Amino acid sequence: MVAAPLAPWLGWTILFAPLCAAVLIFLFGIHHRRFSSTVAIVGLLASFACTARLFFDALGHPATLPFEWSITWIALPGFTIPFGVLIDQLSLLMTLVVTGVGSAIFIYSTGYMAEEQAYSRFFGMLSLFAFSMLTIVLSTNWIQLFMGWELVGFSSYMLIGHWYAKPSAADAGKKAFMVNRVADFGFLLGILALWAISSPLASERTFHFLTLEHKLTQLAHAGLLPMTTLPLIGLLIFCGPVGKSAQFPLHVWLPDAMEGPTPVSALIHAATMVAAGVYLLCRAFWLFEGLPSVLTTIMWVGGATAFLAACLALVENDLKRILAYSTLSQLGYMVMALGLGGRVAGMYHLTTHAFFKALLFLAAGSVIHGTHEQDIHKLGGLWHSMRWTSLTFLIGGLALCGFPGLSGFFSKDEILVLAHEHNAALYWLATITAGMTALYIARAWFIAFTGKAHGHGHESPPVMVGPLVLLAGLSIVGGYIGIPQFLGQLHGEFHWGVAAISLLVVGAGLFLAWLIYFKQAIAPQALVHALALPYSFVQRRYYIDEIYNWYVATVQQKIIAGLCAWVERYIIIGFLVNGIAALTRSLGRLIRLCQTGKIQTYVLAFLLGIIWLLSSALSH
Amino acid sequence: MTITLTHYLIASACLFSIGLIGVLTRRNVLMILLCIELMFNAANLAFVAYARSWADAGGQIIVFFIITVAAAEVTVGLAIAILLARQLHTLNADEVSSLKW
Amino acid sequence: MLAESQQATMIEAVFFYIFTGVMLLAALSVVLNRQPIYSVLSLLVAMFCLASLFIMLGAYFVAALQVLLYAGAVLVLFLFVIMLLNLEREALARTRLFTLRAVGTIAPAFLFVHLVRLFRLSATTTSFPSLPPGSGSVESIGRLLFTTYLLPFELTSFLILAAIIGAVTLTKRNASE
Repeated sequence: MVAAPLAPWLGWTILFAPLCAAVLIFLFGIHHRRFSSTVAIVGLLASFACTARLFFDALGHPATLPFEWSITWIALPGFTIPFGVLIDQLSLLMTLVVTGVGSAIFIYSTGYMAEEQAYSRFFGMLSLFAFSMLTIVLSTNWIQLFMGWELVGFSSYMLIGHWYAKPSAADAGKKAFMVNRVADFGFLLGILALWAISSPLASERTFHFLTLEHKLTQLAHAGLLPMTTLPLIGLLIFCGPVGKSAQFPLHVWLPDAMEGPTPVSALIHAATMVAAGVYLLCRAFWLFEGLPSVLTTIMWVGGATAFLAACLALVENDLKRILAYSTLSQLGYMVMALGLGGRVAGMYHLTTHAFFKALLFLAAGSVIHGTHEQDIHKLGGLWHSMRWTSLTFLIGGLALCGFPGLSGFFSKDEILVLAHEHNAALYWLATITAGMTALYIARAWFIAFTGKAHGHGHESPPVMVGPLVLLAGLSIVGGYIGIPQFLGQLHGEFHWGVAAISLLVVGAGLFLAWLIYFKQAIAPQALVHALALPYSFVQRRYYIDEIYNWYVATVQQKIIAGLCAWVERYIIIGFLVNGIAALTRSLGRLIRLCQTGKIQTYVLAFLLGIIWLLSSALSH
Repeated sequence: MTITLTHYLIASACLFSIGLIGVLTRRNVLMILLCIELMFNAANLAFVAYARSWADAGGQIIVFFIITVAAAEVTVGLAIAILLARQLHTLNADEVSSLKW
Repeated sequence: MLAESQQATMIEAVFFYIFTGVMLLAALSVVLNRQPIYSVLSLLVAMFCLASLFIMLGAYFVAALQVLLYAGAVLVLFLFVIMLLNLEREALARTRLFTLRAVGTIAPAFLFVHLVRLFRLSATTTSFPSLPPGSGSVESIGRLLFTTYLLPFELTSFLILAAIIGAVTLTKRNASE
């Protein structure tokens, strides 16, 4: 690591500008709407500008990376935690995505939330979220990352439950937070275990990323690492992404998180927060590289998530939920890529996914804003009334399925090539999932945007359409701006066979959707009837929510909590607290017997004292 | 057998202990006062024995004072006993226990 | 026949043991007797024996005082109060704790044992030294009382005054009674 070539205030501005915006909004701007949104947008744009500056400098002088600015945050003897900004290719790319896409979404929100009551609170929490996300991305050490991790969880909770008066929204926020808590428990254990093994000397243990990598590699060469527990530590650290990136089985919070406003869904649950898990896996990739068992687990978890989520998206009727399951599926792809060893492929797909998924969500938000309807069967014919929205949605949808030429095609292709090289079963699973992706997104498009209009919609104001166009542009050119090259992969892997098969599968999916939903050649009801059993199983979301509810209600509440309550009531309160009181009372009752009020008793006591004195004096 | 100081002292100790037994075991307040007088007398005997043994008349002087003080104390003690009998209608030491908690 | 001094010693011993024995028996009677009158009268006997012992020890004035003041005034006062209050036989109550009486007997016994040990420490076998003539008489005691011990003598008068006032105040009947 070399010394930082640029002024430190650049890095600190990136990190703290959104925080200052949030503080300003909450202190002064609660009743001033224009002020709040302006401050929020300015804050994030300032971060974006500084990131761009750093980015262009890094393009010019790639050898200067990585560098960091940090201050000592906690300094205990033998235990120091810095707080700082780490700049390397990975963090630069991610920061650009967060600040860039984030700024677009902020601007969009001024239009979408224009009639909203708690406008300022919304922007304040968005800014706080931006700060938390940047803390994760720019963190120099595990503890700072964990701090940002928890903060984004909190911001997500606040934003999902923005309309807290609605019970479903409040419950969704709670669910998101609690599922993440479960995952973060394992995550924290992993972090602490990593710290513990980082050095046999207690004073040399560290949380710092770069130092940790160096130390652990040294220890591995010297044979001092506990190789039996290292896979366990890897799995524990993987728990974090399983929760944050909503992998199976902790995916249950993401569909419910759609209760939040659509810009929130776009920013947090599509582009940035859920991608934090993938970012973490990239950041800590050096740890997983040498653990094949953990990598296998990661890739199968990712693959399973991708496939299962795609199935769920096929049977959904709510537009935002289809997109939520689509996000789950694509996150599965990213995690799978990392499990296959494709660090660059995973980040590439993360970036392109940020573009087109944010686009899809914002377009959906535009639809909701225009028609106040979320069920796709209640929409229809929007191509005619909302031209810009429909067009951008189409571009996003095509990028999602990997239509050739669009950004999604390139990034997804990299992942499929990796799968093809390493694991045949996983490759076919991923390919089938790609076909299903095309099917469900085309289904949504045909039902919602074509056909007869059920209601009427009107186009959204320019402040909302602008970001849509911007993101559509990025979705188109995303494959050509050289992201993998920036991340260090110099030549693109292009496998004609894989590309052909994926094109075939995507084409089949699109054609099938066209047949069923546009031409109405096959009735959907007949298909549902034919596949009745699997259909109902998928529609009930594999009964996972029921299983979790049963677990919480029965095992946790009745058994574990009941046991704890019993221990508390009878042992701690009854035996210890009341017992001590009863002991004191009976002891007092015993000692009170000395006070009889009778003179003769007192004389006797006096006499006994004198005898004792005499005897002790005489015995000397 | 020569009667020495120790004989008198042991006699005094015996008398004292008997008086003490009386103080601890009797129930009537007046009888307790009486046994206290017995203890006074035991002390007097010891003083006079020592006075004789050390040829110091101070022992006899103190006996003089003890007798006087005992008289004064009996006066006030009996007055209290009369009060007890008048107001609490009892002279039982077990029932005179207002200082009990 | 024994020598005169030996005879004197023997007579002294006989008298000592007689007087001490009667005194202790009387003391036991004071403690153990149920009738209050009998207790007072037993105390009277004990005081007379004590006065005899005082005379044997050469404290003639004190012996006289003992009989006059103690036996003559204090015990008479006791008798008056007992008769005034018309005390009856002290009943042997069953509620009286046996333990209290047992401990009340054993503890003084312990004290007695310790006192005996204490006295044994400085025990001698020699008899008393001979007295100068005139010691223990009224004149010698009086001389001491009015010279060396004048202050306590005067203070005692205060004490007696306080006792008188106390006794009168305590037993005064209020006008309303």
